Amino acid sequence: MNLEEYKGVYVFAQQVDNEISSIAFELLGKAKDLAKDLNTDVTAVLLGSGVKALADQLAEYGADKVIVVDDPELKDYRTEPYAHALSSVINQYKPEIMLVGATAIGRDLGPRVSARVATGLTADCTVLEIGDFPLQAVPGQEQLHNQLLMTRPAFGGNTIATIACPYNRPQMATVRAGVMQKIDPIKGAKANVEEFNPGFTPDNKYVEILDIVKSVAETVDIMDAKILVSGGRGVGSPENFKILEDLAEVLGGTVSCSRAVVDSGWKPKDLQVGQTGKTVRPNVYFAIGISGAIQHVAGMEESDIIVAINKDADAPIFDVADYGVVGDLNKIVPKLTEALKAEIAAAKA
Amino acid sequence: MKIVVCVKQVPDTAGGVKFNPDGTLDRGAMLTIMNPDDKAGLEAALRLKDQYGAEVTVVTMGLPKAEEVLREAMAMGADKGVLVTDRVLGGADTWATSTTLAGAIRNLEYDLIITGRQAIDGDTAQVGPQISEHLDIPVISYAQDIKIEGDSVVVERQYEDRYHVVKAKMPCLITALSELNEPRYMTPGGIFDAYKQEITVWGRADLKDVDDANLGLKGSPTKIAKASDKVRKGAGEKVSLDPDESVSYIVDKLKVKHVI
Repeated sequence: MNLEEYKGVYVFAQQVDNEISSIAFELLGKAKDLAKDLNTDVTAVLLGSGVKALADQLAEYGADKVIVVDDPELKDYRTEPYAHALSSVINQYKPEIMLVGATAIGRDLGPRVSARVATGLTADCTVLEIGDFPLQAVPGQEQLHNQLLMTRPAFGGNTIATIACPYNRPQMATVRAGVMQKIDPIKGAKANVEEFNPGFTPDNKYVEILDIVKSVAETVDIMDAKILVSGGRGVGSPENFKILEDLAEVLGGTVSCSRAVVDSGWKPKDLQVGQTGKTVRPNVYFAIGISGAIQHVAGMEESDIIVAINKDADAPIFDVADYGVVGDLNKIVPKLTEALKAEIAAAKA
Repeated sequence: MKIVVCVKQVPDTAGGVKFNPDGTLDRGAMLTIMNPDDKAGLEAALRLKDQYGAEVTVVTMGLPKAEEVLREAMAMGADKGVLVTDRVLGGADTWATSTTLAGAIRNLEYDLIITGRQAIDGDTAQVGPQISEHLDIPVISYAQDIKIEGDSVVVERQYEDRYHVVKAKMPCLITALSELNEPRYMTPGGIFDAYKQEITVWGRADLKDVDDANLGLKGSPTKIAKASDKVRKGAGEKVSLDPDESVSYIVDKLKVKHVI
């Protein structure tokens, strides 16, 4: 492998139902920073069926070039045709960096593609930067420059590791949603589109989709919410989430929850905060009846202000809360809602 | 039907996390368990065995101590256990790990391979799909339901806002979510039998069709540049007041921070 041949920062531009996922724009924002450091450009790889018209959106968010693989086999996500398309693009265009969102699609596609093109893949990165490997020069070992340094949490968020892929290309990473910043869109930007089709020959690896069942869409994505009112098992019942919803409504916030709540079937998975749910960083995070297992904390500890209400004074959530209140959520939350309502009304008057 | 289940022995982070006085993780004080997603995968295999009849072989890669999770799996009802252990395999990233496990699985007959979605120590979710690539078979990740139909599997594959009902011809690899099921307990008779059975132990020489260049620390494309225990944000204030005072306390704080 001649590493010098590999150039450019590439982003897998995930789309679902021919709508580009927010993570694609986030990755483009980061890719622009990396490309600047490397003095190279940013390419988005758009796979799907009838998706060419989406390319300009990618240009608006920072793609210098868009490679489009448009084929009926790519209509709905299936591992094999997508892995074939993306690895063919990699083999043809030889990117030095390939970024993929750490979504339910990307965490399936990324490993399959990295194994096919025989390179490393770092999962669920939260920080990406260009630097040296090894970080400090070591006698007897060549220090390589302009490497992608990929930082990720492990151990349920308790450790962080910075990882490089010095001797293989592309350097591949999946990146957690909600962590990287999109650029302000450049209105009216037109994409420099290159169409590419590697050909698709269905074999045993092409699975058949028998049905697609969509869950009822929640009105707000918890990752976009400025105020989250999050409930745990301590809320006691699905009905009792009403008091959290009332609080959220007063503040213009959104209700989210812990894994225990999803596992109990009280709330859908897309409201789950944590290691196996979503990473959120709202202005205010209310943790109500949430004990604060590290897997949960990993998904919310970057919130600006954390307010915890829990009857157990020893609950680990108090270790990360800015303002912790030991007490009965059933008594406190409804009163808090009323008090805030009065405050807000008074402020308006 | 023959089912291979891959399991990993991991430190128990759920509820049992211990910290050193300086706030770093005290790994020595933590117990090891069978990785939860893997246990769900094993349970799924055992249910298929109960329903359709199957031979379930559990494979793990790790230190000799990882035999414990194989014994546990056999006490739950798995038929055979294979421990892949060798110094030259240590320090493997997901590429080298998946290469190793694929090399072991090539020695086995299988219609279905089930892995957990991800392990709670590394959290990568990469090894399952990478094994499928090395073995050139289809993968269905994030399974929330598994059924057998003739020579195919029909799986509910979870996404953020939907699931796909996906059909694949066997052999096929499936990665299981811990939400898939509630794993059964070991039975006393099962535990007794598990310790009577032989466990197959394989080293480097037993791996089929793998290149030394792709194994262990040296064969891992990803290299750790730096690792550290995360320095957590310190705790803020904690108050224990009556409900009305608690409410005033929170309202005051939200005012000070200009939230309201």
